[in-house]
Amino acid sequence: MSDQNPDVTSEETPDLDEIRSSGPVPRQREVLLDVDHVTLRFGGVTALDDVSFSLYRGEILGLIGPNGAGKTTCFNVMTGVYRPTSGAVRFAGQKVTGRKPHQINRMGIARTFQNIRLFPEMTALENVMVGTDSQHHTSVMGALFRLYRKKVKPHELPVVDSTNGAVRIWQQVRLGCAKVFGISRHTLEERAGERKALELLKFVGIVGRANELARNLPYGDQRRLEIARALATEPKLLCLDEPAAGFNPAEKEELNQLIRRIRDLGYTVLLIEHDMRLVMGVTDRIVVLEFGKKIAEGTPAEVRDNPKVIAAYLGEPADAA
Amino acid sequence: MTTTTSRKRLLNGLSDATGGIGDRFRALPKWQRGLAFLAFVAFLYYLPLLGIPGLTWLRTDSIEGGNNWAGVLFVCAVYVLIAIGLNVVIGLAGLLDLGYVGFFAVGAYSVALFGSTQSPVVKALQERFDLPQGWAVAWAICIPIAIAIAMISGVLLGWPTLRLRGDYLAIVTLGFGEIIRIVVRNVSWSGGPHGVAAIPGPEGAPSADNQVFGLIDAKPWYWLALTVVLLLVLAVRRLENSRVGRAWLAVREDEDAAAVMGVYPFKYKLWAFAIGAALGGISGALFASRQGFIEPNQFNAQLSILFVAMVVVGGAGNMAGVALGAFLLAYLPERFRDFAEWRFLVFGLALVLVMLLRPQGLIPSRRRARELKDRAEEVPASV
Ligand SMILES: Nc1ncnc2c1ncn2[C@@H]1O[C@H](COP(=O)(O)OP(=O)(O)OP(=O)(O)O)[C@@H](O)[C@H]1O
Ligand SMILES: [Mg+2]
Repeated sequence: MSDQNPDVTSEETPDLDEIRSSGPVPRQREVLLDVDHVTLRFGGVTALDDVSFSLYRGEILGLIGPNGAGKTTCFNVMTGVYRPTSGAVRFAGQKVTGRKPHQINRMGIARTFQNIRLFPEMTALENVMVGTDSQHHTSVMGALFRLYRKKVKPHELPVVDSTNGAVRIWQQVRLGCAKVFGISRHTLEERAGERKALELLKFVGIVGRANELARNLPYGDQRRLEIARALATEPKLLCLDEPAAGFNPAEKEELNQLIRRIRDLGYTVLLIEHDMRLVMGVTDRIVVLEFGKKIAEGTPAEVRDNPKVIAAYLGEPADAA
Repeated sequence: MTTTTSRKRLLNGLSDATGGIGDRFRALPKWQRGLAFLAFVAFLYYLPLLGIPGLTWLRTDSIEGGNNWAGVLFVCAVYVLIAIGLNVVIGLAGLLDLGYVGFFAVGAYSVALFGSTQSPVVKALQERFDLPQGWAVAWAICIPIAIAIAMISGVLLGWPTLRLRGDYLAIVTLGFGEIIRIVVRNVSWSGGPHGVAAIPGPEGAPSADNQVFGLIDAKPWYWLALTVVLLLVLAVRRLENSRVGRAWLAVREDEDAAAVMGVYPFKYKLWAFAIGAALGGISGALFASRQGFIEPNQFNAQLSILFVAMVVVGGAGNMAGVALGAFLLAYLPERFRDFAEWRFLVFGLALVLVMLLRPQGLIPSRRRARELKDRAEEVPASV
């Protein structure tokens, strides 16, 4: 364990320098996520074997390893899909293990799926709006009766713009009602959710397809939509499970830029990816898993030169290391 | 091969025909759609009086031995209400509920047991509190009681069972429907196998003196049921277009993904069950009030299957679709009474045909596009 020191402050990558010059310099690196001796067995298979690593606020951490190494399983433990056999996951000082997936999401962990899992019969916009669920306060009664009303600023009032006489009168009636009675919290929240979803779709570059069913989107746009949906939950930590799978080099470069933009917005990113060029280029640190065990951790340069990692990827026994 | 291609062509033709109408309708300005809807509602209210020369053959009493037209329409309206409630559970939340008749029975029995002077429950209350002979709970109070009891039974059923998925849930709910029927048949406080008579309507216990909601003229009953249907359609529409409706769809599409996105599936599934149960309860209450008499065997599992068929044939997830499905399944057997026993065979074949040609239902569910042409342009590109 001595050669896998996570605190490599002396060897900062240029990306970290960028961040630090843009904001006030953090005195200490704050641990956001702490995976603490997690073991998970499925019957005879040990999918995770005493895995420990930490994730610092504001960094991009890569999680790599050969097929079946346990990377996706690690995400599933972090997001509450599976309960670890032993060990625990802590997020921002609070225990994650034992909570339900939606509670963990509300603590600030969002993820995408390796095998895309959108809501296929809903539009792209609605997919993202599902992610805003936790930011709504109205529920069944609020949506039904809409009695909780708020006074709104003039620019939020309904517009009167029709040239058709009857419609214009109707719009004026609505405007009058909104002025006298205010607008229901339900309506305001719906509008805010829709606007936020549009912004996110624009951020990932598919706003033009907002009204299309998720199942009709091209593959690459589905991947992007998953990222937008995860961001809509206002996470602190975004976990991406092979977001570039099936992408061509140009698309990978776009994704690279997107991940950096996400990090620059203040999110912490945990990235599972097989494409070494992408991982080495975008991450600050890397954790390597093999057969459920952590075999290496460090900066991209350190990991690249680690004989165990080379052996794991070339399929040779690691006894030389 | 040729049969499949011709079938495909036929199917596409059908979808184009119906989908084309739908698209053209959706393309109309909002106010024109509103007017068309109002005209349709007016027509629905006019329906029991139907006397337009070319259309009188639609009436069920236009044939030999046909049933009272307004009475049939009332039953249709009750079925539409059931379909709308069951659609929340099956179509929106994606929970296959094969025991929906249970909630229908709970609603019907709630009104019967609290409202009828002949019910054992009312008799017990009379004795316990020294009330006069003719006392019973007023109809206007029975209805909220029925809704509340149905909702509570929905929550009680849902709480332990909604952790189950798919087929398991279907089996448990199927059992629930049967249990309700068997319990009311075998306990003493429910009137047992003989049922309960003298169930009140809006004007109190059934009698020849009732001016509006009488025994013979079913028109007021139909108008009452239609009004309830329209109000509840608006209510469910509001839910559909809210956070709740989106969460239901998300849970239906992929429960685990929804949970990871911060939606608590259990909460929304329970709401769907409770709301579905409430709607089932209301329809049961209306049905019992009009009948004036109910017995346990009216609420058998076959009825549950019919309810599911209404939703599936009409188009699960689409309110207009399930309403059409419910109307047809209630109306067609009545209109084609002169085919005698054959009508059920024909009816079954028609169902099979519909499912082959339109597996998504008569009017498939389609997410409505939002009108965001300009708004998509004006949002800033940052978050
Ligand atoms: N639900 C499960 N039941 C049984 N075994 C499982 C389950 N989920 C994962 N495993 C096993 O756990 C191991 C790790 O799987 P995991 O999906 O985490 O690998 P991965 O690192 O994501 O691989 P890939 O790069 O192929 O996505 C595999 O051997 C897999 O068979
Ligand atoms: Mg994986």
